[in-house]
Amino acid sequence: MSANDLYTLPFHTIGTADHNRVGGKCASLGEMTQAGVAVPPGFAVTTDAYQAMLDHHGLKAEIERHLAGADPDNLDQIDRAAQAIRIRIRSHHLPEAVEAAIRAAYAGMCAEAGIDDMPVAVRSSATAEDLPDASFAGQQDTYLWVKGADAVVGKVRDCWASLYTTRAVAYREKNAIPQVDVLMSVAVQKMVNAKAAGVAMSLDPNTGDRTKIVIDASWGLGEMVVSGVVTPDNFRVEKVLEEILDRKISDKHVELVGDPELGEAVERDVDDARRKIACLTDDEVLAVARLAKRLERQNKCPQDVEWAIDADLPAGENLLALQSRPETIWSQKPKEKPKSAYGVGMMGIVNTLNNPVGSKTRG
Amino acid sequence: MDVKKPLFPSAFDVKAPEGAEGWQELYPYYTRFQPARRAEDDEKFWFCNSQHWPNPLRPFDVIFLDFAIKCLGQYNSRHLLVPPANGIDYRILNGFVYFSPVAVAPEDIEARIPQFLDRAGHYYGNWNDLLANWKKKVLAMIAEMDAISFTALPEVVPVDWVKDGVGLDNTNAIFEAYDKLIELSYKIWQYHFEFLNLGYAAYLDFFGFVKGEFPTIPDQAIAKMVQGVDSELFRPDDEIKKLARLAIELGVDGALMTGSVDEALAAVAAQPNGAKWIAAWDAAKDPWFNFTSGNGFYSTDKYWIDHLDIPMGYLRDYIPRAKAGETIERPTERLLAERDRITAEYREMMSPEAQEVFDGKLGLSRTVFPYVEDHNFYIEHWALGVFWRKMRELSVMLKDAGFWEEDDGMFFLHRNEVRDILWDYAAGWAIGTPVVGSAVWPDEVKRRRALVAALGAESPIPALNTPPAVITEPFTIMLWGITSDAIERWVGSDEAGDGIAGMAAAPGVHEGIARVLRSPDQLGELQKGEILVTPVTAPSWAPVFGKIGAAVTDIGGMMSHAAIVCREYGLPAVTGTGTASAKIKTGMRLRVDGNAGTVTILD
Repeated sequence: MSANDLYTLPFHTIGTADHNRVGGKCASLGEMTQAGVAVPPGFAVTTDAYQAMLDHHGLKAEIERHLAGADPDNLDQIDRAAQAIRIRIRSHHLPEAVEAAIRAAYAGMCAEAGIDDMPVAVRSSATAEDLPDASFAGQQDTYLWVKGADAVVGKVRDCWASLYTTRAVAYREKNAIPQVDVLMSVAVQKMVNAKAAGVAMSLDPNTGDRTKIVIDASWGLGEMVVSGVVTPDNFRVEKVLEEILDRKISDKHVELVGDPELGEAVERDVDDARRKIACLTDDEVLAVARLAKRLERQNKCPQDVEWAIDADLPAGENLLALQSRPETIWSQKPKEKPKSAYGVGMMGIVNTLNNPVGSKTRG
Repeated sequence: MDVKKPLFPSAFDVKAPEGAEGWQELYPYYTRFQPARRAEDDEKFWFCNSQHWPNPLRPFDVIFLDFAIKCLGQYNSRHLLVPPANGIDYRILNGFVYFSPVAVAPEDIEARIPQFLDRAGHYYGNWNDLLANWKKKVLAMIAEMDAISFTALPEVVPVDWVKDGVGLDNTNAIFEAYDKLIELSYKIWQYHFEFLNLGYAAYLDFFGFVKGEFPTIPDQAIAKMVQGVDSELFRPDDEIKKLARLAIELGVDGALMTGSVDEALAAVAAQPNGAKWIAAWDAAKDPWFNFTSGNGFYSTDKYWIDHLDIPMGYLRDYIPRAKAGETIERPTERLLAERDRITAEYREMMSPEAQEVFDGKLGLSRTVFPYVEDHNFYIEHWALGVFWRKMRELSVMLKDAGFWEEDDGMFFLHRNEVRDILWDYAAGWAIGTPVVGSAVWPDEVKRRRALVAALGAESPIPALNTPPAVITEPFTIMLWGITSDAIERWVGSDEAGDGIAGMAAAPGVHEGIARVLRSPDQLGELQKGEILVTPVTAPSWAPVFGKIGAAVTDIGGMMSHAAIVCREYGLPAVTGTGTASAKIKTGMRLRVDGNAGTVTILD
């Protein structure tokens, strides 16, 4: 394995054996890419890169020193220690081989797309030992519209530092997880010029009904949906028939879009013409639903999918998957046993005739 | 639902439509709400079955109301002992048919179960063998009906009868033919129900199980899992499509496109390949043109085989479409693949334990379901088509004998009154006097015709009295879509608003222009892409489903013809709206949402 392969892995080369060193997000992006799902191209910065960073600067000892004798219930104390650790991580250069690998991988992406300094998203990709809901709750940093190799390298380091947020540190202290054993991978992914984006659940999150796909969508990048800044449009789709059952169109007042001049994603007001109309066509709703359904089937359990419609790609090819992870709330509930045993054969028919289903009133 | 005040009027408070006063005498005493039984009849909930009887009955047409309902009942109550359900009580009010299901007393249900298990179990266990035998019985009976004919009485008894010492005259043949025809149609109706109730019961069991697993699954998804793609009900339409293709292939399509049916056939015959096409046309006619544009229950039903202009019209619709490169055939392979996909995907979401039960119930449903669809061709279309043709011959014969002035006069008499007419005819012939009826019936037929027309001028009230808190009778739910929800919709349908709600019968959303049709004779008015709005549809309307954009009906459950055909053609459909055909006018722009079961008038 070359140094480049050790520290970075393009999504399309991530194998099952690599999952531990690329974190959940990159593993899922790798799997989707290899299954032929349209995913923005990119690469993972492996946990080996982070490990090399720690080793090269003796950061492990430093982190342990900061946290020695910390009281998990004393949030002030934890907060001070966490902040110090983040500053320490940010104050060091990356090891030369790591930085070279990241620059090479980024240059490869730019060359492939034919775009100099291609804007990318840099996101943390948590490993199993990490805070279970860290990525979901947006605890770890995500940097959008990052341009140029210097900025990418800097943001990778910022992601690493975000492993030491106060909350994450406190959680690990409380649960006796050795702080320095927790590693992090980082995803560097081509920025989507999102016309609209959002999340799709391959079950109804309100009821656990697996025959439905529920989609939240808003204009621009999906962060506005995930963070709850806008009330998204909401669509319910029958999973098997692939029919839209209902649409709730909301007033979507702001959107997050890339600003090429500033080189960052900016929040701006949605113009009046678009605020109160559906941000997805029916065809797009169905395409998102099919994507969620496909990912559920691939992963063999209900999924929570982040997706975006890329304004730069032609219709029919413009839906991109950004992330897919198992739905955790309903999937972990034991399935409710039927109240009475199934009626089978003739007695089943007798039971049905005596209590026909349509006899039940609604609600 | 407020149970204190009746939601619907009492039959005894409903007035006759203007000009229809005295309609009661058109129908036998046992079909009417009798004041002496008011207390009893007001206790019951009655719903108007305008799905099967969308128009006021002519007196003769009471025959199949009698036979159908009696025979449905006998299978529930006397053959199979369906545990909770006896038959369906019926009445006629203002010419329309009202039903009230008869439940078995709760304390008697248990005792019927062992008998039901034994009797119904035998049918389910030997379904295919018994059904093969059924088909033989029915075909034999159709042949027997077909052989019946009515011949006017001759001037004199044939001389060889005299010389052979026969000792009888020609009137016997008329009495025998009439009685035989009625008797055969009565038997045909028994056969009609021999398998049907069981078919519905098995389907309902499957339906209930799937709903239990997936409470929000659309009804149409369950229907799609069992519905066949090669039902014989689709054959007549498929035959027309094949004839259209063959005409193009043989180069006789141009000759078919103009003139009367006879002219077109003559023009084809004159073509070099004409004979080959004519042979195919003749082969398709029998039996596949034994196909009514109604439902077989009315003497007014038009059968293709008697009105070749109907299939010719469809043919003339298909030929240019086929020539323009359109695929006119039903995509049966895609439909089958779709059925398998839907089944597999729902099954995948079940526990292994549930999957096993699902497989069993699905298997039985798919075994029995073809009957639910196919019987319709053999009974309503083919057998009843022969029945009506023979009865029309008789009506014309009696017209010629002076009883009335129009070909269809007989159908304004009850079937037992016709028996009297036959006697009058026979006696007058024998005695050598003019028939008495010629002084009575021509005016009476005119009067009755006007009464029936006056009855048809008003839409029927959807139901009578107070519905039960919940509807439990399984066949009522299955066949007519009469659920507690449906009743709530009827009650709400008087409220103002542009929204019309019904059953989500076939998925999809379509916006377009409405075309309101009240009779199959108007089918020719439909333009491509329009939304068909009608009280009820029949399977023989299939050819028009190839060109409409969506369908909306007043009446119909999850298994109504419109629902089945629309799912087959991939068209959105909303059925059982109660009032769509009254609220919507031709030319209105509509949005039909077959997923939500709603119709919106856009402008």
